[in-house]
This record gives sequence, structure tokens and C-alpha cells, in this order.
Amino acid sequence: MTETSTIKAEGLHLTFETNDGPVHALKDVNLEVKQGDFVSFIGPSGCGKTTFLRCIAGLETPTSGDISVNGMSPDEARRARAYGYVFQAAGLYPWRTIGGNIRLPLEIMGFSKSEMGDRIKRVLELVDLEGFDKKFPWQLSGGMQQRASIARALAFDADILLMDEPFGALDEIVRDHLNEQLLHLWARTQKTICFVTHSIPEAVYLSTKIVVMSPRPGRISDVIESTLPKERPLDIRDSAEFIAIAQRVRDGLRTGHADV
Amino acid sequence: MGVRVKSVLPVLTVILAVVLIWIIAVVPMNMHLTADQAQRDGLIVAPDTPKARQDFSGTRLAFKNPHLISLTYVGKRPNLPSPHQVAVEMYKTVFGKKITSKRSLVYHGWVTLAPTLLGFVMGTLLGIMLAVGIVYSRVMDKSVMPWAIVSQTIPILALAPMIIVVLGAAGIHGVLPKSIIAAYLSFFPVVVGMVKGLRSPDAMQLDLLRTYNTNNSQGFWKLRLPSSTPYLFASLKIGISASLIGTIVAELPTGAKAGFGARMLVGDQYGQPILSWAALFAAAITAATLVGIIALIERGTLRQMGMKSA
Repeated sequence: MTETSTIKAEGLHLTFETNDGPVHALKDVNLEVKQGDFVSFIGPSGCGKTTFLRCIAGLETPTSGDISVNGMSPDEARRARAYGYVFQAAGLYPWRTIGGNIRLPLEIMGFSKSEMGDRIKRVLELVDLEGFDKKFPWQLSGGMQQRASIARALAFDADILLMDEPFGALDEIVRDHLNEQLLHLWARTQKTICFVTHSIPEAVYLSTKIVVMSPRPGRISDVIESTLPKERPLDIRDSAEFIAIAQRVRDGLRTGHADV
Repeated sequence: MGVRVKSVLPVLTVILAVVLIWIIAVVPMNMHLTADQAQRDGLIVAPDTPKARQDFSGTRLAFKNPHLISLTYVGKRPNLPSPHQVAVEMYKTVFGKKITSKRSLVYHGWVTLAPTLLGFVMGTLLGIMLAVGIVYSRVMDKSVMPWAIVSQTIPILALAPMIIVVLGAAGIHGVLPKSIIAAYLSFFPVVVGMVKGLRSPDAMQLDLLRTYNTNNSQGFWKLRLPSSTPYLFASLKIGISASLIGTIVAELPTGAKAGFGARMLVGDQYGQPILSWAALFAAAITAATLVGIIALIERGTLRQMGMKSA
């Protein structure tokens, strides 16, 4: 894996002007994400983790500071379709089949018909939904819908995947299963993944790098490079190493809260 | 089958109740007229002068003269025709006349239906165009919507003759003036429904399209328009009945010679309420049929789109 930096933020500030006065969503955020990294952002509500992800995606504009994605500004990266974005809700179009939903970005980006078919087949296989392309979203469970939305984000081969609490609304058993699948997918596709979560075990299990954030103002309080091996069976969560990293995340979250 | 019975039964119950109330109401409504006529025909009526009878309500008069009750259902010019009188008149004028005859309800129905459909199409297109403008242009949002609302507060009964006269002066006669009035009433529900429908995609849906770097027209065809489909059909159902009402209203004060509106007016002016009522029911049945057709198209379309109809 090359050691080039895919995402780089320096001295990032973002202030929302609201009727109750300015809200400091992000304060002096510095972070480097290397190509192929799996980075989790964890922290309580209001710590700016989603806002930071939206800054990377060019959906929010920072008030000051520098941020680059693939060496471009986030807005240029967005226009170059450099990333796939997975939201908390699957947000599939109810009037399109699963295949039709995955085709949506491909249609917008002007892929050829045969190319679309190939890609739909490939990404459905990646998320273990072979044979579901003719089904409508309401015929699928919540977990399957979210997998379909990941397939949609993968379809146009962006090398960055931005995921905003994609499994937040799912129950724990489904979530464990999807986490395992996501790691396989990451290993197969070599993508750079930024993953926002509320869950400490999820962050530790998935990530090569864990960014602990704290609220008011939203800032990074700790960055933990995971020492876990790339191959991670689910029961790695009972290992001493895993528990030690989880403990450090917890401490980071607590310190963040203490100085509010 | 079970579902169909379940959905038909409540409707039938209501119709039955309405008809029952109607049948009962015929007696007191027509009692005075019937008593006067009966007296002229040599029957014994109590009390025995029309003036004395005025002091009695229709109901009390019926109790005093039970032998006259059956006659209240067969009067030639009743205040309230009985259901069977209306049904017979409708049968005669729908099936009993050639459809080219001026006395055929089918003929009058088509005279009203044609401008209704044309006006509905015009109103729907106008409504959709205005809604698209309102959703995509801030200026139109601020300027058009208040006027659309104001347009519906003007009594159409006052406006209709003006439109007919002005267009007539400009040499436009026939179907078009009526269609314009129909369109005037039917564009509004479409504007309101479509603005809501086109704005129904949530922030997440719009953000998703931004991540694909989608342009406005792709966003419209791929997200906003399909999202608005259920809203559009709800509006169309209101719009088509508004359109029919608009056409009838256009026929009423303008001396139209044919159409449901003209038929109602003729019935009123020449003291033939049965005629008015038959036209009224024919119009109601037409409206119900039109709404039913749209509901069927709605069901088919939404099913095709993988959505359940509301």
C-alpha cells in the first residue's frame, strides 16, 4: 500500500451562524488520512464528526483552514465524483428496483448500458445481494437495504467511501454481520473508508485509525493508530489488545467530556 | 373478493341512508302542493283552504291527510322529486333518446364533458408548470403562490360570465371559454399538490444527488418528479371534479343552450325540477366516474412504480 495522503485537513474551522449565535462545529481540526486507511470518527452528538465528513464531501464549506481530497479541494473532488457517500438511512428510491437504485449514479454519470449491467452485477455480488436486482426496496430488510445503498456508493468506483453512521439504525446482530462484511469488502476493494459511528466496539473492530472527537467546540481529542491485524474475525473483540484500544477510546471520550 | 365487499358495503350503506332520508323528506316537502292539487281534483282535504293549510307544517298536514301521502310522490312539479321520478327521467333521457337529440342527457353530458376534459388538461399542465417554476425559482415562489391563492377567492360565479363575454367579444366561442373556466378551477389543486410533491425529497436525498454532482434537470427527472407522483394523483382527483364544476358554472349564468348546466337552468326556469335533478345526478355520476378513472390510473401507475397507493 502506498503512503500517499488521500485526505488532508489543516487548521480546519467551521462555524454555523444560528439565531442563538454562532455554533463552533469544528475547531482547529488537523488530520491526515492515507490511501487505503479505514478511519473511524467517534464521539458524542455535536462533536462535529458528521460535519467533518460533510466537509470532506464538499457538502459543507469550512469557515477557514485547508482541506484537500485526492489533492483537490473537496468541491472539485465532489465534481470529479471522487467518493461514494453512504448515509444513515439507506435512502433507496422506492420506485426503483435495487438494480435501478444502483443504476441511478451510473445514469447520472453517463455510463453505457452494458457497462451499467456489469457494474450492477459486480457490486451486488460485493455486498452479497446477488439475485436481488429486480426486487423493490420494501421487499428487503433494513440491513439488506443498507447493503444495497453501499452497493450504490461503490458502483461508480470512487476510491473513497464516506459512511455516516450507516449501521446506526440496525440491531446489533445485523450490525456485527455487516461490520464483518464491510471489512471483507474493504480488503477486496482497497478503498479508503471514512466511517462515522457512535459505537466504540464498531470503531475499534473496523478501523486502522480511530479519531476520537469531543463536542462544543467540535474538535479532535485523540487519534489512535490501531495495532490490530488486518485479518479480523469477530472474536478478536475478546482479545486483550482489542480491549486495550477500546479502553483508550473510552478514555479519550471521557477527557473530551471532562473539559466541557 | 372479501376486500371488495368490505369497501363497497360502507358506500352502499351511506347511499341507502341518503335515499331513505330523501324518500321520507318528499312527503312534507310536497304536502302543501299535493293538498292544493288534490282539492282541485275533488278530494277531501283537511283543513279545507290553502290559507288555513299554511299554518300547518308539511309533516302535520301529512298526519291529518294520510290518504294524500302516496300522491306526494307522483306530482308533476314537486318541490322535491322522489328518487324514482329522477331515476325514470334519467333513464328516459339517457337511454330513451337518440344521443344526438337535444333532449338526450348523453348529448348534454358530452357538451359538458368535452370542455371539462380540455380544461382539466390545460389546468393540469399550467399547474405543473407553475409548480416547477415555484420550486426552482425563488422569485416565482414569492410572487406566484399568493396570486394563485387570491385567484381562488374570487367567486367563479361572478367571474365566469365576464370571461365568456370578453372571449366572445374577441371572437372566441364554443368549447374554449368553458375550458378556460374549468382550467381556472383545476390548476390550483395541481399547483399546491405538485409544489408539495416536488419538495417532498428530504435533505438526505438531495445531498445524495449532490455527491453525484447531479445537475438540476437530472434532479428533476430522477428524483423530484417521481417523488411527486402520489401528490400529483391526489391533486388530479380534486382537479377533475373542480374542472367539471367549473364547466357547469360556466354554463349556468351565460345562457348556454346545452350541457348539464343549461339543463339545470332550464329545469329551474320552467318549473321542471325533475329535469334539474336528473341533470344534477348525471353530473355527479360523471364526476364520480372521472375520479374513479383517475384512481384506477393512479393505482396502476403506483404499482408499476413499486409504491402502494395512499
